[in-house]
Amino acid sequence: MKEITLTIDGRELKAQEGMTILEAAQEAGITIPTLCYHKAVSPSGSCRLCTVELVGSGKTRLVTACTYPAEQGIVVKTNSATVKKTRKMLLELLLARCPNVPILQQLARDYGVEKPRLKKIKDEDCILCGLCTQVCQERMGVSAINFVGRGVNRTVDFPFERMWDVCVACGACTYVCPTGHIQNEAHKVAQLKRQLGIQRKCRYMLMGAVSNKLCPHNYECWRCEYDQRTEYRLGEHPALALKLAQRQGR
Amino acid sequence: MARLQSPAELVDLRKHMLAKRDTERPCITICSGTGCRAYASETVSTAFEKEIKKQGLEDTVDVKTTGCHGFCEKGPLVVILPGEICYVQVKPTDVAQIISQTLMENKIVDHLLYTDPVTGEKAVHESEIPFYKNQTRLVFGNNSKIDPTNIDDYIVLGGYSALSKALFEMTPEEIIAEVKNSGLRGRGGGGFPTGRKWEECRHAPGDIKYVIVNADEGDPGAYMDRSLLEGNPHSVLEGLIVGAYAIGSHVGYIYVREEYPLAVENVFIALKQAEEYGFLGTNILGSGFEFYIKVHRGAGAFVSGESSALMTALEGRVGEPRPKYIHTVISGIWDKPSTLNNVETWANVPLIITNGAEWYASIGTEGSKGTKIFSLVGKVNNTGLVEVPMGTSLRDIIYNIGGGIPEGKKFKAVQTGGPSGGCIPESLIDSPVDFDELSALGSMMGSGGMIVMDEDTCMVDTARYFLDFLADESCGKCTPCREGIDQMLTILTHITEGEGQDGDIELLEEIAEVTKNASLCALGQTAANPVLSTIRYFRDEYEAHITEKRCPAGVCKALISYYIQPDKCKACLICLKNCPSGAIAGGKKQIHIIDQGRCIKCGICFDVCPQRFSAVKKISGRPVPPPTPIEARTIEERKPRRKQ
Repeated sequence: MKEITLTIDGRELKAQEGMTILEAAQEAGITIPTLCYHKAVSPSGSCRLCTVELVGSGKTRLVTACTYPAEQGIVVKTNSATVKKTRKMLLELLLARCPNVPILQQLARDYGVEKPRLKKIKDEDCILCGLCTQVCQERMGVSAINFVGRGVNRTVDFPFERMWDVCVACGACTYVCPTGHIQNEAHKVAQLKRQLGIQRKCRYMLMGAVSNKLCPHNYECWRCEYDQRTEYRLGEHPALALKLAQRQGR
Repeated sequence: MARLQSPAELVDLRKHMLAKRDTERPCITICSGTGCRAYASETVSTAFEKEIKKQGLEDTVDVKTTGCHGFCEKGPLVVILPGEICYVQVKPTDVAQIISQTLMENKIVDHLLYTDPVTGEKAVHESEIPFYKNQTRLVFGNNSKIDPTNIDDYIVLGGYSALSKALFEMTPEEIIAEVKNSGLRGRGGGGFPTGRKWEECRHAPGDIKYVIVNADEGDPGAYMDRSLLEGNPHSVLEGLIVGAYAIGSHVGYIYVREEYPLAVENVFIALKQAEEYGFLGTNILGSGFEFYIKVHRGAGAFVSGESSALMTALEGRVGEPRPKYIHTVISGIWDKPSTLNNVETWANVPLIITNGAEWYASIGTEGSKGTKIFSLVGKVNNTGLVEVPMGTSLRDIIYNIGGGIPEGKKFKAVQTGGPSGGCIPESLIDSPVDFDELSALGSMMGSGGMIVMDEDTCMVDTARYFLDFLADESCGKCTPCREGIDQMLTILTHITEGEGQDGDIELLEEIAEVTKNASLCALGQTAANPVLSTIRYFRDEYEAHITEKRCPAGVCKALISYYIQPDKCKACLICLKNCPSGAIAGGKKQIHIIDQGRCIKCGICFDVCPQRFSAVKKISGRPVPPPTPIEARTIEERKPRRKQ
């Protein structure tokens, strides 16, 4: 791996080729706020909160730190006036959609949003960052949930808005959700169980890590002892800790 | 038809075809583009066929349905060759007359000729009509000479000679150099230098590379790509094959909207014919080059016209853009190097190869070369597709080609570049049309939509309309585009409804700035253009809406009232009978009064009031005068009708 040098906020840093600006900054202890970024999934650049200023020859432009590759010799400003202004407006826009999300309220306070100037459009907890759908697709490999609709009508849901047995209620989506919007696992599991004829699979059987073992905890995922043990051992949510190869039983 | 095995065979074939064709033989060409089809041109062509059969002229007269001629305002268009006599607005009932007079007796049917609305002069030939006379139709000109379902027509006009030249006389590097030197820039909107794109893609690591035609034209009021693909699909195919050879690609995609059924149909026919002749498939023209084209039909999302979203859609997923910090020429579809160009860009390639880069670079301006097709629509006399050299002024396009504004109204603004473009006011109408000039004015070239607006257009409402479109079409992936457009739309809607507040303009500007700078793809980055450009040039209109609650153009329903002027009303009962909500009171010899409480502001009374009375008036920004008291409503005097 080639080593490169770049400048972030006036500090000259060393980074590996193939890293993003965000990764390079995090390694150096520079904080850039993020909402839709999670190290378990590929960056999508959808919330745009990690916007930073890229000082090029002649003109500067705004790019998202989570997707822009760290290149040799680039100069990045993570806290310039333009960046702050942009982040402030982004937070205001998000708050108009989700006024009661603590993480947004906190970030908004940090960026100096005093009172809401924009009309409240909705009152939701989902900021449509897409982490849940990504983790479901990329890490669990099932795509049980995905985006439905387009533009402002976009929501995260099951296909045809009906619960289906591809979702094993593994809880990975609840774990990565930055706002805590997806959290009603127990309720959904109860609903699932009420549907006759649905055989839910344990994620350990599904993933081949523990075979043919009945769940002693009555399918209450994320509360079962295997989950707890895995998390204790790996320090991460079991759904994310299990590698792709392991899941495929190789 | 056996596949052609060498360039010499193509030359022989063309000679053979030319020898077979009698240039003196009369040929009736009927425009069969989408515009003319909407005017029922198909019934005209069947009428011609029937009439010719009836008269027994099948052996002496040809009938040909061609692609769009461009002059859609006057469709269906019929051009009779070899004299090039052009008839406009032809109806099936005119067919017999055309055949008996023009074909049999060589006379001209006067009432079907184009009449200049200003001078009253009649134009016999297509080239005499001002609409055509002031254009330079390099790419689009062949449309009217070609039956899109017949490859022979294209070959006769020199088609596929650029391909044979590229394959046998040029190396891929030479082709790229030629395209680079020509200064051709992408016609889809971004204006990226095509040659540079090709070069980067050619040098990108990887064996598998793709070339793509972007025919996902979704701008309201724009249909140049559609007409080109419908009318002359082979020119696009030829450009694509040349590009594939230059880049080193063996698979190409045509992403065409399912909403363009005729384009889809004609592309499939063209692909089949090109394969039969050996222009596609293995060993093209005996050169050993192999190339296949697949057609992908888009499911109808405006955002899929954006290159990365289009590639995502081609991969079979939902058409959503992805970050392009690593260019698509390095990592496009399935992470393979991919070159995506617009329909019109590809169609320009054969011209450059045939005529050389120098010739092409001599047309246009410093930064933008060649010609550009615009779809000229809106409040303009000659609606249609126009092709002009880059650098032509907006005034030339709107007045000399477009024939000015109908009904003698005043020009107000022109919206270029589709919904993401900006509005250019009258004071800047002399600006030349080129990529950089339009961007500097806060608009953009876009794919070439040009919507002309007259004095009756409210600019706030226009901005609201375009944002409404974009709010529907935003994919919703990134925050500034999804939420920003929605917020701007909310504010604009409030302004047009008379609920605007002080500070709204500044707030709009602030949101627009963030949407422009922070959005993921070009849709979001340009979505603020309609708002920013209308604020820049028509700020006074915004202020009138917000502070005076007045709509200067009289468009915003919440801010206007209809009022019947008592001194002008002649109690003719027309508006009273036509009012859908029964809001007009009155009677015979009784002045009509609008009950403002019941009025739904549909504007029917305003439209139906005879022009000689013009009693109905739009009032905006001030209260409606109190109704005339009942006792004063009777019209006493009335002139007795003159007896004849």
